[in-house]
Amino acid sequence: MTAPSPDRNTAGGGLKVRGLTTTFATPRGLATVVDGINLDVAPGEIVGLVGESGSGKSMTLRSIVRLVREPGKVSGQVEWQGRDLMAMREADLRKVRGAEIAMIFQEPMTALNPVLPVRLQIEENLSAHTTLDRRARRQRALELMNIVGIPAAERRLDEYPHQFSGGMRQRVMIAIALANSPKLLLADEPTTALDVTIQDQILKLILDLRDRFGMSVVFVTHDLGVVAATCDRMAVMYAGRIVETGTVAQVFAEPHHPYTRGLLGSVPRIGAERSMLLSIEGMPPGLIDLPDGCAFHPRCSFATDRCRAERPPLESFAAGREVACFHHQTVAAMAEAA
Amino acid sequence: MSAGAVQIAPPAKRRRALPGTLVGAVIVLGASLAMAFFPSLFAPYDPTAFDYNAIMHGPSWAHPFGTDNFGRDMLSRVIHAYRIDMQIAVFATTGPFIFGTIVGALVGYVGGWVEAVFGRVVDAVITFPFLVLVIAIVSVLGPGLRNMYIAVGVVDWVFYARLVSAEVKIQRRLDYADAARGMGYGHMRIIFRHLLPNAITPAVVYLMTDMALAILLGSSLGYLGLGAQPPAAEWGVLIADGKNFMTTAWWVSVFPGIAIVITGLGFSLAGDALADLLRVNR
Amino acid sequence: MRDMPLISVEGVSKRFRLPRTASDILTGRPPAAVHALNNVDLEVHRGETLGIVGESGCGKSTLARCLVRLLEPDEGLVRFDGKDIGLLPQAERRAFNRRVQMIFQDPYSSLNPRMSVRQVLSEALSVHAMRPKADIPARITELLGLVRLPADAANRYPHEFSGGQRQRIGIARALAVEPEVLVADELVSALDVSVQAQVINLLLDLQERLKLTVVFVAHDLRLVRHISHRVAVMYLGKVVETGPTEALFATPRHPYSKALLDAAPELDPARQTRVAAARGELPNPLDLPTGCLFNTRCPFAFERCFAERPNLSNRGPAHFAACHLTDFGKPTPATIAAQ
Repeated sequence: MTAPSPDRNTAGGGLKVRGLTTTFATPRGLATVVDGINLDVAPGEIVGLVGESGSGKSMTLRSIVRLVREPGKVSGQVEWQGRDLMAMREADLRKVRGAEIAMIFQEPMTALNPVLPVRLQIEENLSAHTTLDRRARRQRALELMNIVGIPAAERRLDEYPHQFSGGMRQRVMIAIALANSPKLLLADEPTTALDVTIQDQILKLILDLRDRFGMSVVFVTHDLGVVAATCDRMAVMYAGRIVETGTVAQVFAEPHHPYTRGLLGSVPRIGAERSMLLSIEGMPPGLIDLPDGCAFHPRCSFATDRCRAERPPLESFAAGREVACFHHQTVAAMAEAA
Repeated sequence: MSAGAVQIAPPAKRRRALPGTLVGAVIVLGASLAMAFFPSLFAPYDPTAFDYNAIMHGPSWAHPFGTDNFGRDMLSRVIHAYRIDMQIAVFATTGPFIFGTIVGALVGYVGGWVEAVFGRVVDAVITFPFLVLVIAIVSVLGPGLRNMYIAVGVVDWVFYARLVSAEVKIQRRLDYADAARGMGYGHMRIIFRHLLPNAITPAVVYLMTDMALAILLGSSLGYLGLGAQPPAAEWGVLIADGKNFMTTAWWVSVFPGIAIVITGLGFSLAGDALADLLRVNR
Repeated sequence: MRDMPLISVEGVSKRFRLPRTASDILTGRPPAAVHALNNVDLEVHRGETLGIVGESGCGKSTLARCLVRLLEPDEGLVRFDGKDIGLLPQAERRAFNRRVQMIFQDPYSSLNPRMSVRQVLSEALSVHAMRPKADIPARITELLGLVRLPADAANRYPHEFSGGQRQRIGIARALAVEPEVLVADELVSALDVSVQAQVINLLLDLQERLKLTVVFVAHDLRLVRHISHRVAVMYLGKVVETGPTEALFATPRHPYSKALLDAAPELDPARQTRVAAARGELPNPLDLPTGCLFNTRCPFAFERCFAERPNLSNRGPAHFAACHLTDFGKPTPATIAAQ
């Protein structure tokens, strides 16, 4: 279904996700939180996964490295540097996580162990995945603290998480993630809990690290401004599925899915002050009783009988662009007219 | 953009399963109350009638719980004791519950030095063993149920007040309380209309536990001769009556003891069920 | 020069004392205090939307609560219609409580979970005697219509609504008493983007129809820019810049405002920079810097900034900034031409 564009060679280096599906059995029925996701991430590329709460964006990220708690069930294919992470034994996967693939989370407050100094938490990751001795680990920990821009790193290594501010804790989290020079960073809303000036610093840091180490990044966020500021390509998620993909510039300039259009229109723009925002009526559906056909149709002003009956597949309509909408040409024409 | 009304989800079906605890509580407490109100319907004999032909008989079809040293039917005595013991459960706790809840709500809302003073009162009360304190008070006032209620009331309200004040203090900080203040509502309205309904659940749940405790306390005092006075049938008194014959006639003490346990269990189940039913949906 | 402001904040300071620690007692030190507001001056004019923007810890929520008298200032005063709201007699105080309404951030804690929507609204209507008893049901339906909720919402309890719908109920509660001023503290920050837009549209519409004065407190610059006529930027409990929205966003005259605006990610992928807009982090609020509060992070700080705290001074029509560099960000002929 997905036609990777020729300029993105994901055969050897990158991440190739096919048909990733995650379900949860609940007392009220089966919830499909991630529904057949296809995603390619080339080496050194930053891909944004955008959506509102409940769209399945965070769960997609966790499913990629099979970090889904019971009773969640993950299926599909995740090819990482030629190996299928889904077929891998748990013990082998553990060697990949934290080493080649690292994760950072939204809440740096709860993701760090409050009773251990940060040095130990960085070194822990090193001793799990490397053969470095004590001295070398200590050296590397200091180096990492400097890389992520923590001032007075030498002194701060022996401090505890509560002595760090939110932004500094997120830097520590990134230092831990970087410990083993990962090739892929999975970032789950890493700046959502931070103030805007601190968010700005962290985003610039992630861009910097990508340039220096050639990391790929999958960046989960609900903030379109953050996507515009950091990502090369983006995938918009709604109700567990990807509804639109493309480069950030393409999607922002010409959204083809009505949901993407609504999301972009919901964010105030310069020059349209005090005007009504485009907005999207209603709210996202529950994952247990999704509407028939296109999950977005109850909120969509373009919906027709076909949308109510038949679920539109995610299809490529231009190089590197995919959309799951029967009426995407109309939507795009509207955007152009506006 | 449509000017129509926003869709809201259809009313959530209140399909909450009937908790097993509730069923158990209703059965046990229902039966207990029935026996308290209409003991004669259930008791096969007059609980005070002597039968010199059946002294200290063990359990049999004629006397399922056996008889005591005067030949009184123990089943009938245990059933008639429900009246006093259930009365103790209710009377000893209701006053402290109401008074403690009101005091706790005010203390939690006002805070500051009032709360500090209250904290010292709590400390003073809880550092004394409850039973010892009650015995001391009853010793001064003289034995009997009425004095027992007074003694319990003097001490017990503190526990309710402490629970409620802590909860009111939490609720007071939530935005809905500020919203009510911002509306210019009076303090009493805010305390009793807004905060208390959200703060009272722990106290209600504790009330159930406390009723079980009150029965235990009443029985203990009855046993010690400070509570209900013989020949009134009260479980503690019954147990005390049988204590001299424990080795030869165990049933005289054991069946009232079992009644205490079952009734206590009923109140515990009721506490769990209430905690479940009163849980607030957020 | 201008008509009297509806609300004026004059030199308001507010401290929150922390509990006394053991070392405070041993050393005889007074317990530490967070200086939430430091000598704030601000005016709100009738019919306008004033945006108050800043990062966490800047005191914007504390200021909002002082405006509706949920908090009492330690120093300074707030005037409403010319009168000090701290000295209002009982009857006028009730009227003040009715005329100035606050809407809260958290849709989950701002409604009493044990009261139905009808109870919430009819309480507000009857306590303030807004309508004769017989007219209350009709008025409730009307209020729900105003915030675009169906009439049958009245019988529901808060947990049956989504976050966006709860915020609508909060707005309806405030509107029930027919206020003149709405103080909205982070009204939409807990909501999803698409729902945010619905609520913002509703607010704009209501303001237009009911001629409300709105104080919109938020950390989201895009939202503040979208709905405000005038903006005040706060940093560490002080208003560092205030001015008409357009002027302030086009030519911020305080280095902090500029950093804040630059840090907010633009929606335009082509307009991204690679340099962080502000360096460093907030200083410890228990131990504020002497001189200008921004001097620990300001790239332009010089001697005077460490010695003397700047006050707001005029930078243009209704535009004020608290910075010793009076020429900072001053539009040059080139920038004016670019606009």
